[in-house]
Amino acid sequence: MLALQTSTDESAPAAPLLSLRGVGKAFSNGVTALSGVDMTIRQGDFVSLLGPSGCGKSTALRIVAGLASATTGTLDWHGEPIGQRDLGFVFQEPTLMPWASVFDNVWLPLRLRGVSRAQAAPQIAEMLERVHLTGFEHAVPRELSGGMKMRVSIARSLVTRPKLLLMDEPFAALDEITRFRLNDDILELWRDRGLTIVFVTHSVFESVFLSNRIVVMAARPGRVHGEFSVDAPYPRDERFRTSADYAALCRDASEALLAAINASHQSSRGRA
Amino acid sequence: MTAIDQTVSVGVDAEETRRARRERAERIGRWLLPLAIMTLAVLAWDRVCVWNEIPHYILPRPGVVLQALVTDAPLLLSSLLVTLRITFLGLALAVAGGVGLAVLFAQSKWVEMSFFPFAVVLQVTPIVAIFPLINIYVDNQTAKLLLCAWIVAFFPILSNTTLGLNSADRNLRDLFALNGATRWQELRLLRLPAAMPYFLGGLKIAGGLALIGAVVAEFVAGAAGQSSGLASRIIEAGYRLNAPRLFAALILISVTGIVIFLVLSLVSHLILRRWHESALKQER
Repeated sequence: MLALQTSTDESAPAAPLLSLRGVGKAFSNGVTALSGVDMTIRQGDFVSLLGPSGCGKSTALRIVAGLASATTGTLDWHGEPIGQRDLGFVFQEPTLMPWASVFDNVWLPLRLRGVSRAQAAPQIAEMLERVHLTGFEHAVPRELSGGMKMRVSIARSLVTRPKLLLMDEPFAALDEITRFRLNDDILELWRDRGLTIVFVTHSVFESVFLSNRIVVMAARPGRVHGEFSVDAPYPRDERFRTSADYAALCRDASEALLAAINASHQSSRGRA
Repeated sequence: MTAIDQTVSVGVDAEETRRARRERAERIGRWLLPLAIMTLAVLAWDRVCVWNEIPHYILPRPGVVLQALVTDAPLLLSSLLVTLRITFLGLALAVAGGVGLAVLFAQSKWVEMSFFPFAVVLQVTPIVAIFPLINIYVDNQTAKLLLCAWIVAFFPILSNTTLGLNSADRNLRDLFALNGATRWQELRLLRLPAAMPYFLGGLKIAGGLALIGAVVAEFVAGAAGQSSGLASRIIEAGYRLNAPRLFAALILISVTGIVIFLVLSLVSHLILRRWHESALKQER
C-alpha cells in the first residue's frame, strides 16, 4: 500500500517548496543531532516526520523555522523563501501566556506586527470559530481543557494566514478522543486554507491518518531512514480510521519505524 | 428504574461527612485558636505581674499598656505617621529601584554579572553599621532615613524580579522571536507579566523590611536626638522608665508590620487570582 513515488489523488505533482540538502546539526557538547538529512517538501504537502525520540525530528523542524542553524548543508527555498514571520509554529505544549485571555493569546502574533485590538478582532473571531472556541474569548488558559488549549495554540499559529505550518508533536499529551477530533480539525484546516504542513510525531497511527507523505527517521545520529507516500484519498474521516486500508498502511509504517529503531540501536552499539 | 432510584437517593457517605466536618472545624479554628492563645498569653502576663509584684516601670500590666495606648494616642499616632511616611516612601523607591535594576539586568547577562555582586554587598552589610557613614555624607534627615529603608528593602525585589524576568517560558520566547518581536515588546508582553508573581513575592518581603529599615534608621538617628518617629518614642520612653508607653509603641509597630503584610498579600492575591497557581483554591 505504501507507494514510493505517487502522492495522493492529486493529479499533477505539486511544485517543490523547500529542499533540505545534507542538513546536519552538531551541538557544542559533542552530540550530533542530525546528519546528512535530505528531504523535499512540496506545496500543499502534509508531511509527517516520524521517528523514535532522539532522532532529531524536532531539531529538523527548528532548523526549517530558523530557530536553530544548520551546522552543515543548506535549506533551499524554491521561489520566494518563507521567512519566520510567514510561517506558523505549534509547540508540543500549548505554550499560551497564562495571564492573557484566549482572545489576547490569539491576538499576539498580530499584535507583535502592530495590528490593533480592534483591527484584529474580526480575524480572531473567525479563527476562534474555525477551532470551535467561539464564546471562550475571555477565558484564561487555566480555565480550559488540554484539547481546548491546543486549539487556541493552533488558532494563534494560523491567525497570520501563513502558507507553511510547522507542528512539533502537538497532540502527544492529549487523550485519544481529543486527539482524534483535533486530527480531523487540522485536516480540515489544511484543505480549506491550502496549507503546507510539516508535522513531527512519534505516533504511527497519527502520521498515517494525517499525512500524504511520511519521512521515517532513525536516531544516533538523527537521519532520514526512508520516505513513503500514504496512498489513501482525502478527505479522511471516521470511516477511514476503521478501514482495512488504514490498518494495512499502519502496519507498513510500523514496520518501517521498527526498522528505523533497529538501525538506531545498531549505530549506537557500533559506536560504543 | 430501581437502579436510577438508587443513584438518586445515594446520600453523602461517612468519609465525605467527616471531611466536611473537619473542613468546617479548620475554618473556625484558623481564627479562633490564635485569638484564644493570644488571650491566654495576655492573661498569663497579667497574672505574672500581679503574683510577683513586678513594678510597672519594669513590666507593666496589659491594662496599663492599653491605658497608655489611649492616653498617649496623639503623641504615638503622630510618630507612627512619621514612621509610615518613611516606610512607604522607602518601599516605593525600593520598587522603582529594584524593578528598574532588574530590567536593566535582564537586558544583558554581562550587566547582571557585573553589578549583581554590588547589590549583594549592600544587602549583607548590616544597615546599623552603614548608618554612621550615611550620617556623615547625607545632611537631610528624611533622605538619611529613606536611604536606610531603601537599602534594606530593595534587594528582595531586585533578586525576585531578576529571577522572574529570566523565567519566561522558553517556547514563548521562541514564539516572540518567530514573530519578529522587538526587545521592548518581549519585555512588556512576555517578561514583565511572567515576572509578576516573583515580583509580588519580593514585594511582600520588602514591605516588612522597609518598616524594619525605617525603624532601625530612626533608632540610630534618634540616638542623636534627630528623629520624631516611633523608634525615638521608644528610646525616649526607655530613658524615662516609661515602660507602658514603650510597650504601646512596640505594639503599634508590630500591628503596622502585620497590616502591611496583609495588605500586600491581598494586592498579590487580587492581581494573580485569575491565572497563577499560587492564588488558586485547591480542588480535589
